[in-house]
Amino acid sequence: MRCAVLQFGGSNCDLDAVHVLRDVCGVETDLVWYKEGLQRKYDAIVIPGGFSYGDYLRAGAIATRTPVMKDVIRHAGEGGLVLGICNGAQIGAESGLVPGIFTTNAYPKFICEEVCLRVENVTTPFTSSYREGEVVRIPIAHKEGRYVAPPETLEMLNRENRVAFRFCNAEGEITPESNPNGAAENITGILGENGNVLMMMPHPERAAEAVLGSEDGKKIFNSMIAYVEKQ
Amino acid sequence: MYTAIITIELKKGMLDPEATAIRHALANLGFETGALSSARMFKIELEAQDKEAAQVTATEMCERLLANPVIHSYSVEVRE
Repeated sequence: MRCAVLQFGGSNCDLDAVHVLRDVCGVETDLVWYKEGLQRKYDAIVIPGGFSYGDYLRAGAIATRTPVMKDVIRHAGEGGLVLGICNGAQIGAESGLVPGIFTTNAYPKFICEEVCLRVENVTTPFTSSYREGEVVRIPIAHKEGRYVAPPETLEMLNRENRVAFRFCNAEGEITPESNPNGAAENITGILGENGNVLMMMPHPERAAEAVLGSEDGKKIFNSMIAYVEKQ
Repeated sequence: MYTAIITIELKKGMLDPEATAIRHALANLGFETGALSSARMFKIELEAQDKEAAQVTATEMCERLLANPVIHSYSVEVRE
């Protein structure tokens, strides 16, 4: 398996993602500066977190219009895996890889804390290592993470089982109190139409080593590796 | 040379947390207000064959970058 982690001006979780993939998971991983484009075929692309282009205009809006994103969209169209984390998810939504948008939190401050997520779909290349309904602890760190989509889009996502993660309480209940940013239906992980794209606000790469307090996020990378190895 | 005045707003009914915070801050200063919304304005100078062409180009800028159709509406006014 070979993975690429994209790096834009203002990405700042790129090296964390590379560390987890290379050192924790043992995956061959290239850090790809956006101007280089994708020079070879990859099994998976990670769009990491950060503040690409200072979040100017809208979070992710500028990075979305760089040529490397055409490569990413092509890669996704060919069935390759794409994982967008935080700013990467904002870029993925702006790019149309998933519908909707991540915008300013309902209470407009930056939230950096560990949250509980309920795994809603374990049949995807990103979540097969989880149990259905499993409650996992993964941190969030964002100010523009409130998922918004028109009612018909939310209905479609539910119908097509394209919600990967929702904010929940420790018991796995989806409640307004456990929704830190006001996201529609507590949604914070959305799958692309073919299941090979996942855009999520929480940071699994920050929860992939016991020393950091949680290994719950590592299962996303484990799932991706298992999926690619089975191909 | 034309100037396109582009205004990007949240669609009606969209939550605007920043506007809510601004409204609270105004209230702290003693300004009691009704509904308050914010918008973003761009002034863009551009060359075009005529005013209509400038309008078309500015609209395309909105569609392709300046606005996100999920949450935004926009208006374009072209001045000579």
